[in-house]
Amino acid sequence: MAAVATTAVEGNPLTAGLERLPVAPTTLVIFGATGDLARRKLLPALYNLAHDGALPERFHLVGMARREKEHEDYREDCERAIRQFSRRTPDEDVLKRLLQHVKYVAGTFDDEQAYAKLEQVLDRFEERDGDVLSRAFYLSTAPSFFPVIVEALGRQGLDRHEGADVRVVIEKPFGTSLQEARELNKSVLGVFEEQQVFRIDHYLGKETVQNMMAFRFANGMFEPLWNRNYIDQVQITAAEDIGIGTRAGYYDDAGALRDLIQNHMLQLLCHVAMEPPVSFTADEVRNEKVKVLKSIAEPIEAEVEQMAVRAQYGRGHAGGEDVEGYLEEPGIPEGSNTETYAALRLEVDNWRWAGVPFYLRTGKRLARKVTEIAVTLKPVPHLAFSQDGSLGVLPNQLILTLQPNEGVSLRLGAKIPGSRMVIRPVHMEFLYGTAFLSQSPEAYERLITDAMRGDATLFTRDDEVEAQWCICDPILRAWESTPGPLPQYESGSQGPSQANEILLPEHAWRAI
Amino acid sequence: MRSEPVSSSSPSSPRALPDAVWSAEHTTPDAIEAALRGLVNRRHGENGGLAPARALNMVTFVESSYSGEIANRLAAVGRYHASRLVVLSYDPGRTSLDAHAVVSSDGEPGDGELGLLRETVTVEIGERHLDDLVTIVDPLVVTDLATLVWSPHGHPEAVDALLELAQAVLVDSLDDPSWREAISRACELRGRAYVVDLAWLRSTPWRERVAAAFDSPSMRAELESIDTVSVRHHPDSTVAAMLLVGWLASRLGWQVSPLTAAGGALTGTASAGERVVTIRLERAPEQEVRGLEGVAIATATGRRLGLRRGTGGLRARSRDANGSEHEWTILGASRGESGILGEGIRQSLLRDPTYGPALDAAETMTP
Repeated sequence: MAAVATTAVEGNPLTAGLERLPVAPTTLVIFGATGDLARRKLLPALYNLAHDGALPERFHLVGMARREKEHEDYREDCERAIRQFSRRTPDEDVLKRLLQHVKYVAGTFDDEQAYAKLEQVLDRFEERDGDVLSRAFYLSTAPSFFPVIVEALGRQGLDRHEGADVRVVIEKPFGTSLQEARELNKSVLGVFEEQQVFRIDHYLGKETVQNMMAFRFANGMFEPLWNRNYIDQVQITAAEDIGIGTRAGYYDDAGALRDLIQNHMLQLLCHVAMEPPVSFTADEVRNEKVKVLKSIAEPIEAEVEQMAVRAQYGRGHAGGEDVEGYLEEPGIPEGSNTETYAALRLEVDNWRWAGVPFYLRTGKRLARKVTEIAVTLKPVPHLAFSQDGSLGVLPNQLILTLQPNEGVSLRLGAKIPGSRMVIRPVHMEFLYGTAFLSQSPEAYERLITDAMRGDATLFTRDDEVEAQWCICDPILRAWESTPGPLPQYESGSQGPSQANEILLPEHAWRAI
Repeated sequence: MRSEPVSSSSPSSPRALPDAVWSAEHTTPDAIEAALRGLVNRRHGENGGLAPARALNMVTFVESSYSGEIANRLAAVGRYHASRLVVLSYDPGRTSLDAHAVVSSDGEPGDGELGLLRETVTVEIGERHLDDLVTIVDPLVVTDLATLVWSPHGHPEAVDALLELAQAVLVDSLDDPSWREAISRACELRGRAYVVDLAWLRSTPWRERVAAAFDSPSMRAELESIDTVSVRHHPDSTVAAMLLVGWLASRLGWQVSPLTAAGGALTGTASAGERVVTIRLERAPEQEVRGLEGVAIATATGRRLGLRRGTGGLRARSRDANGSEHEWTILGASRGESGILGEGIRQSLLRDPTYGPALDAAETMTP
């Protein structure tokens, strides 16, 4: 198991009390620097870090991509992207200063000369600064280039740098199957040490997901109930009301299971089910998450249809308008069998959770956009009140909403005012937005800073990503060996009726 | 007594919502609280997505002639607006208790959206009410929320009374005409509540950068060889320089002693074991904005770090033991005075363990 990469924060008495911990002087190299992710997320995040004074005191950015471009042209690209996508209006002085630290290297990712040029640029920064700078290589490219880039960095000797740290940040998807994930891990770990590798799952950078840890482990009242004795079922939902938009090419290759369940939703499941870590350090947290993933039995291909459902959205209505079905979307191949909806029933076979079903579902073009975790408790053993007139005496339900309105809601039974003892469910609501003054930073701002600091807590470890694939791979194999067409659900609906088939008796999906 | 919607204060919002307002003369705290509750309930009833913010109470004591200026300053803090702001507008000759309450939101939330309601109540008070401040304010703050007290134009007697209800007090040590008294007052307040000092918050970027400069393992050892600290500051910001040196001294375990005033500067030494650290605080008359102008730290090994104010961030200059020099800009936008005030409000919900020891060291260094 890999050790945690740490920076030299511990032991520096001057960092006590500071909200922003120092980041060592760093050069960040973005591969795929002209791509959509870089423009929409990475460059605006870097600007906002600069605005807040949160970048390293000496910072350089190198964009690397195939297109021939002068440094100045790339700076103009960066400026346009920041002005268009930054969450705040740029401060002209800060933007100007940031752009002064930007360079561009053109070349294909398998071009050895491009890496030699890159090394020259990196060396020149250090000569000018008179200091050894840490290096972070951010792979924001198509996944097929990940091993190509990593191996080229190794051949050029850019995987190590005496007197400084070298890190590689790898975007999702980390493989499209267990075999690919293993091969990619082998390729990456053939060049870098695990503690140098930062696999992005941007969900982990969201405040909402980190809040789940605080909710579970900073509040004593839930822990005694948080087990099979009191919890009946857990439902994790990531529903979107939009279709695939302009992502047809990517989405039709991926599908809902790979796009959301394999990474983000299994992370949410881990946060619900994990044991309290000994400390909030990278390996302690990830050890506990891996234990959860390993407690989930690998699905048996022949039994997949009893625990997993897939479907595609058909025509329907969304936002008050008629919308096309998935197969009519531009760029989708005729007869595509890619799922836009997936639902699973998983069981975490350990002492705490044995027998409690974890239902996961995600889909596009559903009734509304919501990401939530609903934990339903077992009903009370005996109801002393007459049921007459009661509007359903329902079990308590704890709902953790991650978006759009982050908060916690607890469903309770309460007496309806009047002379009779009749009950109806009410909700005790807590909304994060009402209780804090601070604004949450964008996930990428947090993740880029953590990667440069060497804090891997919010990144996925090699064994973690493989354990995720061990759960998803048999399902994908079963689906790929089953001919279509897939069941359709009406756009704007709750999803396919077939999703009910994987529920245990007495269970029902929460309304989206 | 009247209660009615008035035109929105944010006409540019696409779904602007008029403020809900209430006002009354010769009123009572209970009536004000009931009116606030009514306004919030009415807004929530009109749109279930509107919910009252519940992060912080803030009680501000202002002279009535400055209440407009203070209202403008507080309006500029944006998202750091306290959930419930109680403004005690003081006019010594006033005999009646009059009040004006406003419940506002940034706009009307759509389906599934959340809109925050923020409450501001201004209570007009006179000298005859000063002895009863606590009984006036107590019913007006939201129970169980932290309460912050701010009196931007002095009136220590009012702050002292209100601290009975508060967990934190906001001060700006740079506002006090006497920096010695500012330090003394902050020390006194610290024994009674958590002190958020805007003079301290203005120095945050400086402290972050000094900490960063000594963060690498090789540089951390240099902390043990610092032998000179020089700070330049706006002529009215001596206390900012004192706090910065106090921070270094308290974090690094230096024994400080009173500085000596000479030629417009404060000089002295601190002892760090066998080592002597020379301290010099110097005015920078050319600086227009309050706060620090520059910091220079030198070590016995020949290293020197210099930071000074610049556009787009702090300008840093380093010299290594071989005499090789480098200069660069540390990126960061100016927060402006409204940003500093907003940060002060936010910080009242946090706890910085380093301010108190820095303040204690500053008090010891006071000539």
